[in-house]
Amino acid sequence: MKDIAEYRKAELTAREFIPNRWDLIAFPLVFGLLVLVGIGAHQTLAPIATLSRTNISLDPAYLPDYALRTTLRMLAALAASLVFTFIYGTLAAKSRRAEVVLVPLLDILQSIPVLGYISFTVVFFMSLFPGRVAGAEAAVVFAIFTAQAWNMTFSFYQSLRTVPRDLEEATRGFHFNAWLRFWRLEVPFAMPGLIWNMMMSMSGSWFFIVYAEAITVGNKTIILPGIGAYLATAIQKQDMAAIGWVILAMIVVILLYDQLMFRPLVAWADKFRFEQTSSQDAPESWFLRLIQRARLIQAIGAPTERFFGSLIRIRLPVGQPRTEDPDGDIPVASRLLDKVWYALVVLLALYAVWRVFGFIATEVGWSDVGTVFLLGLYTLIRVVLLIIIASLIWVPLGVMIGLRPSLAEKIQPLAQFLAAFPANLLFPVFVLTIVRFHANPDIWLSPLIILGTQWYILFNVIAGTTAYPSDFREAAENFHIRGWQWWRQVMLPGIFPYIVTGAITAAGGAWNASIAAELVQWGKTTLTAHGLGAYIAQTTAAGDYPRIVLGIAVMSLMVTLFNRLLWRPLYRYAENRLRLD
Amino acid sequence: MNKPLAISETVLSVDHVSRQFARGGASAIQVLDDVNLTLRKGEIVGILGRSGSGKSTLLRIIAGLLRASGGDVVYQGKKITGPLEGAAMVFQTFALFPWLTVLENVEAGLEAMSVPAKECRTRALKAIDLIGLDGFESAYPREISGGMRQRVGFARALVVEPAILLMDEPFSALDVLTAETLRTDLLDLWTEHKLPIQSILLVTHNIEEAVFMCDRILVFSSNPGRIAAEIQIPFPHPRNRLDPVFRQMVDDIYARMTARPPTGGTKGKGYQLGSALPDVSTNEIAGLIETVALAPFNGKADLPVISQELQMGDEELFPILEVVQHLGFAELAAGDILLTPVARAFAESDMEARKKIFAQQLLACVPLAGHIKRVLDERPGHRAPRIRFEGELEDYLSDSYAQETLDRAINWGRYAELFAYDDETETFSLENPTG
Repeated sequence: MKDIAEYRKAELTAREFIPNRWDLIAFPLVFGLLVLVGIGAHQTLAPIATLSRTNISLDPAYLPDYALRTTLRMLAALAASLVFTFIYGTLAAKSRRAEVVLVPLLDILQSIPVLGYISFTVVFFMSLFPGRVAGAEAAVVFAIFTAQAWNMTFSFYQSLRTVPRDLEEATRGFHFNAWLRFWRLEVPFAMPGLIWNMMMSMSGSWFFIVYAEAITVGNKTIILPGIGAYLATAIQKQDMAAIGWVILAMIVVILLYDQLMFRPLVAWADKFRFEQTSSQDAPESWFLRLIQRARLIQAIGAPTERFFGSLIRIRLPVGQPRTEDPDGDIPVASRLLDKVWYALVVLLALYAVWRVFGFIATEVGWSDVGTVFLLGLYTLIRVVLLIIIASLIWVPLGVMIGLRPSLAEKIQPLAQFLAAFPANLLFPVFVLTIVRFHANPDIWLSPLIILGTQWYILFNVIAGTTAYPSDFREAAENFHIRGWQWWRQVMLPGIFPYIVTGAITAAGGAWNASIAAELVQWGKTTLTAHGLGAYIAQTTAAGDYPRIVLGIAVMSLMVTLFNRLLWRPLYRYAENRLRLD
Repeated sequence: MNKPLAISETVLSVDHVSRQFARGGASAIQVLDDVNLTLRKGEIVGILGRSGSGKSTLLRIIAGLLRASGGDVVYQGKKITGPLEGAAMVFQTFALFPWLTVLENVEAGLEAMSVPAKECRTRALKAIDLIGLDGFESAYPREISGGMRQRVGFARALVVEPAILLMDEPFSALDVLTAETLRTDLLDLWTEHKLPIQSILLVTHNIEEAVFMCDRILVFSSNPGRIAAEIQIPFPHPRNRLDPVFRQMVDDIYARMTARPPTGGTKGKGYQLGSALPDVSTNEIAGLIETVALAPFNGKADLPVISQELQMGDEELFPILEVVQHLGFAELAAGDILLTPVARAFAESDMEARKKIFAQQLLACVPLAGHIKRVLDERPGHRAPRIRFEGELEDYLSDSYAQETLDRAINWGRYAELFAYDDETETFSLENPTG
């Protein structure tokens, strides 16, 4: 758990170096593409392919099957994310020209709310497989992919940029070609960070799959057999017992996932750690041990390993190692090509701006834009206030837990589990309470946006406190530093980078969750809070594409600005001034 | 002599190689200047120099990992254009893949040459056997000691049967005993002709190591790196470190390497405004002065003896010597250090007086410190932003060197109480915080 915090910290530091002016280009490019996909699919699609409402049974006996289907979708998305990561990350790290576009692009892509992707791609994917479930499946898997891929790609890209120089020289000195180097050096070096990011991605995406399995975009309704659809049906039929079952099923699925997939992966990936020292408490997994010791599995495993080995050894004619020439003159032709390339990118971005504006302007006036920004402000206030409240609660508690190692050991996995648990399963409970007490939804729906992501603050603070050097604590005790002075001068500065890391992650999740949290239903009751999330949810349900684009563009803009203007400066400050080593 | 030196067949030659590193805007930094050397069959050649003398850069140019700005490296009659096929490198940091076992690490180089899997295995096992790694085949690098790791580095280099073994300070990350064992083991294999290589090029900053191992030593001077001297070591292997002739040779090289650069060039004596200041703390300066001032040295000491007394390697000691010399605290001559009267006064003073003496030497001998002080004196508010001096330094130094040099000037200036510096606002000032 501490490692997740460490990796996240390392990545946030590294992200400082992203070139900023390219955002101006990345932003329109992303939205231009979304609009084009949306328009294209919209036009080609006659109303042939409305998926008939599959019958979802609320009988708990069906739940294992539904859970399995949901899990398989997650796995498919994870596999797709991995392939995307290898290709995109490598391209961004190896090509100077690609890098200036791809890295800011990735930054924008991850600021777009995951649910925003669904509304555009659902029509597109369903038009790929008209009248069949495959289209809807693809749309959901793609949505989950958008919740998982970006941080994995960032992690991989950063690893590629920080491959140790001596190892890189060794591979060139021993004439590794690019293919061999990729598998022998670059992927192994990136592996620990990649696996931790896969875990983070998985945790985050349970939330979205539950939402995405039963979603209506205009006249298209997706109902895919799975845990999410089961939940949606239970809400529609106001079946409290079914909601209890689905919560139980989710707990079991997440625990199994952890024990059978991630724990073994983490234990296995320990050998890719770059530090030359053996770790005192190497991660362990009973399942991995079982696999490693079982004869039969070994018998199957060995040929697989040999096959992979020979695949690595394939001698491709490309990518021979080269002599490095740090200040070599770039040929005139290449420099000219650079200019042409940059000009092309700028033109494309301008074209995208024109298309996006054209698309939005068809139905939307300036007053709409003003309204959306105002709604965005409401959601922003909600996010900021809740992050502050959550920090006020979890920072002191996290410190108290972190100071007791035996307790921290028990709480950490729990916090991690809670972070993975899709909080939207609990939304009906809130709705019932709000309806019963006639509470103001603008206030009382707000806690939902932080319900699932507050745990990131808790476990980062616990990790920070556990890592806090004991000699500082002893010194404080020795000089009788207590009370407020202790918090102000001893503890808070020491764990500040961890608090910021946790808050960044929680805030990112909160923006995403606002779409699900500001508009909730229970049977025929619908509760709405004023905010950008509700706006996006409503326009999505209505299939009002120009307004969907406007909504997610504004949200993505706010998230990006929020990151640039608040989190990164705060993070830089934490790293520069309050580092402990 | 164990090897016939009669046939001096050239394996590789370096012709007029130079290397500059470009900096943003300002003129390039010259790292290597007109280096020539020939590597002949059957010899171990040492490249000896202080850090920053460009010796590792030269090694990388020879290996074909880095391009020379001018000149050629010729191997078997052909100019090299890519990573050199006939060379294998041993790294200071070992550069082993932590996720591969010892055996897989050794096989990796063969794998890249598309050697069939079976042959890979036999050759790797043979190399592991030769270098004394038997029994460690399935261990991961992090499970074994530094000495064993470097043996893996040797095995990995030898298994590809290179004509030339390139060694980049291969023993400097090891403790003294382990390093010595590895050196003698390697020399034994070499003198018994058990290694599949024609010659060895060893980069080192350790004078004794160079004299102990090499047939020929090229002494590098710094800024820019060029060959200052070529020394033949005529002693047969195995060599005895305690032999007076051996000691004399070490002393001579010490003297050469600490001699002031010949005056008359553009460099001159001491620090210029744009000189890079080495990473030496005021405590180290005071410590060296005190040690030499006290008995048994009483103001004059033999450098190798001081090195032993302080248990410092040449790499650590040389920068301190440079600073002490340039600050006018000592003279270096013929491998000896001789304290100046200022230094004796410094050694006998209390803390306050020491700071005064240090401040006076700093103003006189480090133009950068004097410059900062003058600017602060002249400005009405007696404050100046860091960026002002950084900009000036970057006319002479690369960005990172400018940063580091300024940081050292700040440290020395703070100790001397010449000026104050606030890291939050990055400004220099004359006032110290008052209570």
